[in-house]
Amino acid sequence: MINIEINGKQLEVPKGSTVMDAAKQLGIYIPHFCYHKKLSIAANCRMCLVQIEKAPKPLPACATPATEGMKIFTHSDQAVLAQKGVMEFLLINHPLDCPICDQGGECQLQDLAVGYGESASRYQEAKRVVTNKNLGPLISTDMTRCIHCTRCVRFGQEIAGIMELGMSGRGEHSEILSFVGKTVDSELSGNVIDLCPVGALVSKPFRYSARTWELSRRKSISPHCGLGSNLIVQVKQNRVMRILPRENEEINECWLSDKDRFSYEGLNSEDRLSKPMIKRNNQWITCDWQEALLFVVQNLKACVSQYGGRAIGALGSPHSTLEELYLLQKLVRGLGSNNIDHRLRQSDFRADNYQQGIPWLGMPIAEVSNLKSILIIGSNLRKDHPLLALRVRQAVKSGAQLSIVNSTDDDLLTKVAQRAIVAPSELVRTLAQILKAIIEYRYVEIADKIKETLTKVNVTDVTRAIANNLVSNQPAGIFLGNLSQHHPNYSEIFLLAQEIAKVTSAKLGVFGEAANSVGAYVAGAIPNRKLGNLTTNGEEVGLNAIQMLNAEAVSACKAYILVNLEPEYDTYNPQSALERIKGAEFVVSLSSYKGNITDYADVILPIAPFTETSGTFINTEGRVQSFNGVVSPLAEARPAWKVLRVLANLLELKGFDYETSEQVCTELLSDYGNVADHLNNRINEFTVNLNEANVNGIERIGEVNIYQSDPIVRRASSLQLTRDAHYPRAIISPSLMEKLGLRVGDKITIKQGVGESQLEVEQSESIPDNCIRIASAFNQTATLGGMFGEVSVKRM
Amino acid sequence: MTQHTQVILAGIDFADPDTWRLTNYLKRGGYKALRKIFSEKISPEVVIDEVKKSALRGRGGAGFPTGLKWSFMPRQYEGEKYLVCNSDEGEPGTFKDRDIMRFNPHILIEGMLIAAYAMGIRTGYNYVHGEIWDVYERMEEAVEEARSAGFLGNNILGSNFSFQLYNHHGYGAYICGEETALLESIEGKKGQPRFKPPFPANFGLYGKPTTINNTETFASVPWIILNGGEKYLELGKPNNGGTKIFSVSGHVNKPGNYEVPMGTPFAELLELAGGMRGGRKLKGCIPGGSSMPILPGEVMMNTNMDYDSIAKAGSMLGSGAVIIMDETTCMVKALERLAYFYYEESCGQCTPCREGTGWLYRIINRIEHGKGRQEDLDLLDNLADNIQGRTICALGDAAAMPVRAMLKHFRDEFAYHIEYKKCMV
Repeated sequence: MINIEINGKQLEVPKGSTVMDAAKQLGIYIPHFCYHKKLSIAANCRMCLVQIEKAPKPLPACATPATEGMKIFTHSDQAVLAQKGVMEFLLINHPLDCPICDQGGECQLQDLAVGYGESASRYQEAKRVVTNKNLGPLISTDMTRCIHCTRCVRFGQEIAGIMELGMSGRGEHSEILSFVGKTVDSELSGNVIDLCPVGALVSKPFRYSARTWELSRRKSISPHCGLGSNLIVQVKQNRVMRILPRENEEINECWLSDKDRFSYEGLNSEDRLSKPMIKRNNQWITCDWQEALLFVVQNLKACVSQYGGRAIGALGSPHSTLEELYLLQKLVRGLGSNNIDHRLRQSDFRADNYQQGIPWLGMPIAEVSNLKSILIIGSNLRKDHPLLALRVRQAVKSGAQLSIVNSTDDDLLTKVAQRAIVAPSELVRTLAQILKAIIEYRYVEIADKIKETLTKVNVTDVTRAIANNLVSNQPAGIFLGNLSQHHPNYSEIFLLAQEIAKVTSAKLGVFGEAANSVGAYVAGAIPNRKLGNLTTNGEEVGLNAIQMLNAEAVSACKAYILVNLEPEYDTYNPQSALERIKGAEFVVSLSSYKGNITDYADVILPIAPFTETSGTFINTEGRVQSFNGVVSPLAEARPAWKVLRVLANLLELKGFDYETSEQVCTELLSDYGNVADHLNNRINEFTVNLNEANVNGIERIGEVNIYQSDPIVRRASSLQLTRDAHYPRAIISPSLMEKLGLRVGDKITIKQGVGESQLEVEQSESIPDNCIRIASAFNQTATLGGMFGEVSVKRM
Repeated sequence: MTQHTQVILAGIDFADPDTWRLTNYLKRGGYKALRKIFSEKISPEVVIDEVKKSALRGRGGAGFPTGLKWSFMPRQYEGEKYLVCNSDEGEPGTFKDRDIMRFNPHILIEGMLIAAYAMGIRTGYNYVHGEIWDVYERMEEAVEEARSAGFLGNNILGSNFSFQLYNHHGYGAYICGEETALLESIEGKKGQPRFKPPFPANFGLYGKPTTINNTETFASVPWIILNGGEKYLELGKPNNGGTKIFSVSGHVNKPGNYEVPMGTPFAELLELAGGMRGGRKLKGCIPGGSSMPILPGEVMMNTNMDYDSIAKAGSMLGSGAVIIMDETTCMVKALERLAYFYYEESCGQCTPCREGTGWLYRIINRIEHGKGRQEDLDLLDNLADNIQGRTICALGDAAAMPVRAMLKHFRDEFAYHIEYKKCMV
């Protein structure tokens, strides 16, 4: 610690602190533009010049290290003179077009100009004009306003991991621009809008739609990825106008992914349902709630009396709230059915028999940054969990060794020490190799069931290197991504990952796919409540998502209750799901959007998205985050928890006397106790069967596009214009291209199951041989089958 | 006229196109200093001591004591360290380094070898200004000669000392003469100064400890080793050791480079350069390169050419570029030209320089073109104040100092320009 003095006040600061840090500690504000606590020091704006005793000239507070006995004056004549001088320089070429600038009202330059600027300018020469740049559909530019602080440049280099913006030119002709002809395509790009201290980079979707002072700031939680990023939702006249990050160092820091930031456009989509709809005599008509609800009750009752409660299947979305999922399961269980699930894209449920608790991240989110060794199994990390990718980048930056086992070799924008890119059918074998390599190295005992399996695999150099990384660098973390969770051998992947974790003392984590992936277990939205550590009263195990939607199964459901999902996009096998649902006798869909629901449902109940209801999400680290609605529901849409409550009342089920969503949450969590006590990634050992891969044809690698993952983001129009949202293509390795005689841009017909899809071919070396990467959750691919498995290819 | 001892340009036959070659350098006693170090087993510490004794100060402009700079290099540092020669001579009026490299490149190589030996460095870069391509090619040839003769490479002259030297040319940006911008440029990045601290001695090229000296500084070293630091000091005057090459330009009869002892009277230097052109009167002189304050003729005529004397007179020796202006010079026009240079060469990184240099130029340009306003002079002074000392590197100071000095010494000429919308001279 060193002792310094600022404006006459003594204080002690840690060695290595800057003058800016020290002043912050005292609550003294030093004006600045280029300084940002999360970015490297640039010291280029010169606004934070302060007087330091014995220094011949004013020094920048952001870059000057505090030294023992230093006396600093932040508001002395010398300091203020220097600051005012800099302010004048910043303003001479600034257009001062505040009245038409979106940044007006939240502009650092505007604010500081009040304190440090003069009322008239001494600059009588012509002002500089800088041409605007096309940075893509999310960021709008007014480059004449730029003050060259380079925050956006440093964000790209240091946080997003890719330098998409840079400062070209020199002197007065310096300008911020992207690479020639390129836009800014990072999935974190929107953060530069927050970072820009002036109106040079502003939000394109929000532009010119409101003045900042007309907006109210309301707190919320993101319903998209598993992190539950903290949001500020800005509202004007009962309409969500934009979304900003709410700082939470433990979750999203001060960042947001573009998905979290720009998805709000989907909330105001024209596809929103404003009234209940029912199908009578094959005609869709809008009706009032009473009629719609009675229609549902009548049909559900009929189904129960004719086929029994077990003929009802309920599918909820992991993007729905804890309260909604809790009431949904309570309702179907009240009707005598345990057929409820939220794991819509999972295909292998065998692990349900061995799981000991709720799968979760295995550690706090912030801890990911501190790992020294990381193994990520089956994940499109940057697109599935943009802010977790950021944490992984932070870890690698401070020396972590990152290993990847995956079926696609996507650029993580960080240093990957080892990568094993294998076909989906080889994933399990690859993990077995890693486990074997560790055991050979360490001679640790493992269960016989697994040991036997390992005799059948041969360790490769890559898997040995991965094993070595995990053993030699601690703390280590092993994570299962979305691809693992969707994989037809998820149980084996899970088990082997656990065994690897055990023998390396690494922590095992599961990246929660959606905002409420953990919460859905807590709510009991699972066919076997034991999985959520809930009391079961010996009830039988219901059907899981794949069983409910399996077109080939006999014991199919006769009626479906769908909440907040579109089966053609949100399920593992849309072909099978649609066939099942279309074949049912009765389908009720609770949805915010009309979509294609009229193709398969009998009644549609319009529900409120997260901004229009109170609720709770439990994120992937087990953090319970409740939020309020920020606007009132659109037209006659109603919060799903209320709809389910009334439905249960009408069905004459007991225990549905809730007045508020808080009551629902309290009832659920008061019995349940601390969520953290129920999080457990442990699964019991079982025999892993490592037969030769049973794939003769071409294997599909399924994935969910970043901007197709849930109903809201699918309707976010600006996100749909980004490069990431590009229509699906068939991505094939060069060798398979050659084998099939294909050229880039060819149209091919992909056949999977009973359906087919026409796609354009794209060549990529990131794909293993004999595989074809096809995204699901697109219209164009909803005709296909499961996300993995065999497909056949025909040139058109 | 007295014949002065020369350190760098001694024995050079400017008429001989091969004067620069290794054979001729050897004939002039080249690489003797290096051989002396090896044969007499002079330790690195002693080399640094000699340089300290010589009072050799950085010839690039800042005048920092060279021996002291060398002693900052962490000798015990295990990893890679770098030696960099700043041959990015871009200051208007300065043209000495190019002549050293053109006519006597091996003296630079030998100087760098000795410096590298003294600091335990194995790799060096010579950053040559981008607008003197022939000089870069000359350096390449010279380095190749030295390499073939065993002066560069592994186990030099059979010793266990190894040193690799690479020439690197810039593209002519003035800012790359600033040492940290130069390092960025070698690293392949945009030439922009770094904020200091950390200084290059700790965090230099590729983040490794680095020592950077000017061409002329290195070129002075072999003589110091051969003749001793004290001898070198005696050539000049206390605290201002040795000789200095002055690049004399402007209104003189024989513009060119003149190597004279530190402390030589300005009048004598002017005489060496053939005196004032057309016998006109000396109006003003910029004694140390365009970024230094101008001094009126009468002040200059009573000043000696060394760091301390010129500082006392109110300017700086800088790089030793002596720009002579006679009575026909329009100071407004002269300053306009200077201001334009700094406006063009600002890297644009930090606010006062990026915005201020253009503003200064535009005001001076207006005055020159008869559109000046009376309040412009105070504004210029004030803007220069707001730039000087507020920027990341010294370019801001370089832009501000000429303005302030011109207004100090020739304010009436500017006022005349504004009032009568024409030139006084």
